[in-house]
Amino acid sequence: MRAFLQPHRIVMILIAVALVAVCVTQMRWDWLANPKYQSLLVQGVWRSVWLTAVTMCIGMVLAIPIGLAQVVGPWYLAIPARLFCTVIRGTPLLMQIWVLYYGLGSLFPSIPGIRDSVLWPILRQAWPYAVVALSLSVAGYEGEVMRGALKGVPHGQLEAAKSMGMSRFTILRRIWLPQAVQRVLPTIGGETVLQLKSTPLVSTITIMETYAVAGRIRQDTFIIYEPLLVLAVIYMMITGVIVLAFRWFENRLPQRTA
Amino acid sequence: MACPPASQLSSFELLGFGACGWGDTLLLGLGNSIMIALGAYALGFLIGIFGAFGKLYGGPVTRDLTAIYTTLVRAVPELVLILILYYAVPGAVNEVLVSLGRERIILPQFITGVAVLAFVQGAYQTEVLRGAILAVPQGQIEAARAMGMSNLLIARRIIFPLMTANAMPGLGNLWLNATKDTALLAVIGFSELTKATFQASATTKAFFTFYPAAMALYLMVSLTSIYAFGRIEAWARTGQRDVRG
Repeated sequence: MRAFLQPHRIVMILIAVALVAVCVTQMRWDWLANPKYQSLLVQGVWRSVWLTAVTMCIGMVLAIPIGLAQVVGPWYLAIPARLFCTVIRGTPLLMQIWVLYYGLGSLFPSIPGIRDSVLWPILRQAWPYAVVALSLSVAGYEGEVMRGALKGVPHGQLEAAKSMGMSRFTILRRIWLPQAVQRVLPTIGGETVLQLKSTPLVSTITIMETYAVAGRIRQDTFIIYEPLLVLAVIYMMITGVIVLAFRWFENRLPQRTA
Repeated sequence: MACPPASQLSSFELLGFGACGWGDTLLLGLGNSIMIALGAYALGFLIGIFGAFGKLYGGPVTRDLTAIYTTLVRAVPELVLILILYYAVPGAVNEVLVSLGRERIILPQFITGVAVLAFVQGAYQTEVLRGAILAVPQGQIEAARAMGMSNLLIARRIIFPLMTANAMPGLGNLWLNATKDTALLAVIGFSELTKATFQASATTKAFFTFYPAAMALYLMVSLTSIYAFGRIEAWARTGQRDVRG
């Protein structure tokens, strides 16, 4: 604590407190008391967190076969997997979201019979496109990471497993995948923060997550800066929670020696 | 214009140049994207250099300020930062101008876009360059100091040449990010490639002509950049021992 509270830090903290005080007293915060905006904000934060969590999970599950296909797959699986990763990593996420939403979204109604199918009520909404686009993005980036992790598992481990008479699937399940996942874990925390930071993009396809809610409040009240500041603070807090959660999680895992 | 309805045109005609094609719109968008990316990247590099040296060799206040800058920028989504700065930067410029007794100006969108993206890029470049400087062997810097070189000379003659190879992979990734982040400016209405694609496809309803074409353009930029950065890194590593042996 002594090391942290050096004289210049105390001055900086005082300046920061003064800045916050100026913001609180000089800016308009009455809209925060409006219950309508409060519930919208809570809903928006919930949607952001939900989108981040769900798409991370789906993306990671997809990333494992994509990584595997690139490492041990035959050419007819390895080339499409490599192509998929290149396209996802080489084009902006915003464009991927728009391709799915505007492109596929306009293609579906023209397919005969799809309007009468049970899927239509789902396909008509925006969130499936958002979930698919964000998940594919995670799959593309993490597929590349998984490829590196799978390659990084020492070859002796796999040879030992093979000499024990394990089947290829058992080797994957018991030896290869656990060690690869353990190598990937430290990067997943960072990737989750990146994923959270890309969720505002889905507001462009009418999904009311935190960013869109702030935009709505700005349009309703004609207040320019205040909702944006709240938005930045909310994202910083969620980022902090994610970082702390992953730190706690990593501390619980057995450390790899050597 | 005497163009037939878009549904009667082939993809080839839609992507072509001239009165009925959108090819020139897309290429103009691509040009805009690349210009913004270049500007933001260059400006971000300057910020990154100062940030990295400030973080490593600055006084206690500089160190804390750069730490706050990189932490805040990397914790908030780019889109939110872009929006905040998009309103704050012209506002601040005009405040200064008014207080100096000048008239208000309207900043060109291009300059605001570059400034905003550079501010974001700067934070990431600071971290990459800091890591690269740290990887320069300490003995080299000490030897230079023992030779009586000034700090500026050490930075120019010793640190820069030695850190280039270490910084290249990170800088390459950041350049790819810069080209892709220009797409975010579409949200605030700047007509770069993503926005141009959106307009073209919304007008003609030919979604599966324009989006793949634009993606191919982005991919072309990415793949060329990956190749170019690979060459630069190979050049920067000339004379280094191959660790693989």
